[in-house]
Amino acid sequence: MSTGDAFLVLSAFLASGVEFVEALTIVLAAGLARGWRSSLAGLGAATLVLAVVVIVLGPALTVIPLQGLRLVVGALLLVFGLQWLRKAILRASGYKALHDEDAIFARELADAQGAARLERAGVDWYGFTLAFKGVLLEGLEVVFIVLTFGSAQGSIPLAAAGAVAALVLVAGVGIAVRAPLARVPENSMKFAVGVMLTTFGIFWSVEGAGADWPGSDAALLGVLGFVLLFSFALVRVLRRERRTQLRTAEVQT
Amino acid sequence: MTRLAAFGRFWWGFVIGDDWVVAALVAAAIAVTAALAAAGIAAWWLLPLAVPLTLWLSLRRAIRST
Repeated sequence: MSTGDAFLVLSAFLASGVEFVEALTIVLAAGLARGWRSSLAGLGAATLVLAVVVIVLGPALTVIPLQGLRLVVGALLLVFGLQWLRKAILRASGYKALHDEDAIFARELADAQGAARLERAGVDWYGFTLAFKGVLLEGLEVVFIVLTFGSAQGSIPLAAAGAVAALVLVAGVGIAVRAPLARVPENSMKFAVGVMLTTFGIFWSVEGAGADWPGSDAALLGVLGFVLLFSFALVRVLRRERRTQLRTAEVQT
Repeated sequence: MTRLAAFGRFWWGFVIGDDWVVAALVAAAIAVTAALAAAGIAAWWLLPLAVPLTLWLSLRRAIRST
C-alpha cells in the first residue's frame, strides 16, 4: 500500500467516523424519544437513498479523465477542507464552543419528546423524519468524501473500506453503550479531517491545474507537514489573542 | 419555486459553506496556477502560498462576525 493509499484509507475512516458519530446521536435521540421502529425506518430509508447515490455517481466518476477529475475534486476538497479547518481552529483557539455530543443529544431528545405524534403507515412521522434527515445529511458528506477521495486516488473500494471500518466501529460501540459517543475525541478528529482534506485538496488541485509537484507523489507528505504546521501556528496565534482579549475584558469589569 | 430555492440553498451551504470568500479565492488561485502551468512556468508553489492566506482571512472574518 502506497503512502497515498494509506492516507486515503485513514482520511475516509476519520471523516466517516466523525459523521457516523453525529448520525448515531440523532438516531439514538429519535429512537429513545419516538420509538425504535420509526427511528430505524428513517435510518433504513436514508441508507437506501445513499446507496442509490453511490450506485449512480460511483461508476460515473470513474469515466471522467483523471486530470479533470482531480481539478474538480481538488477544488471541492480544498473548499470543504478549509471549512472544516476554520471551524476546528476557531474551536481549538477558544473563539467557538467545542462540539459537545452530550449537549446535542439532550437538545435533540427534548425536541423529539415535545413534538406532537402523527402516525403514517404505523410509523411515527417525527421520529422517522428526524432519523432520515440526520442520517441522510451526515451520510451525504461521507458519500462525497469517499467518492471524491476514492476516484481521484484511483481506488473507490479503498476509500469505502475506510468508511465501512468506521461504520462498523461506531455502530458496534453505539449498540453496546446505547448512548451518544461523547468520549470520542470529535474536536481533534475534525481538526485531523480538515488537515487531510486540505492536504489532498492542495495536492490534487495543483496536479489537476496541469502543474507538477517536485518529487511527484512524495510531495504529498511535504504538503501534509506544511498544512499541519500552519494550522498549529494559527491555533497558537489565535489562542494567545483570545486569552489577551478575555484578560482585558476581566480587568475592565 | 420555494423548493427549488431550498434545494439551491442546501447545495450552496453544502459546498460553499459559511464563507463564500474561501471558494472565490481558491478558484482564483487554481485558475492562476493553471495559467502559469499552461505558460510553462513552475506553478506548484502558488496554492501552498494562497491556502494559508485564505484561511487566515476567513478566520479573521469569522472572528469579526462573532
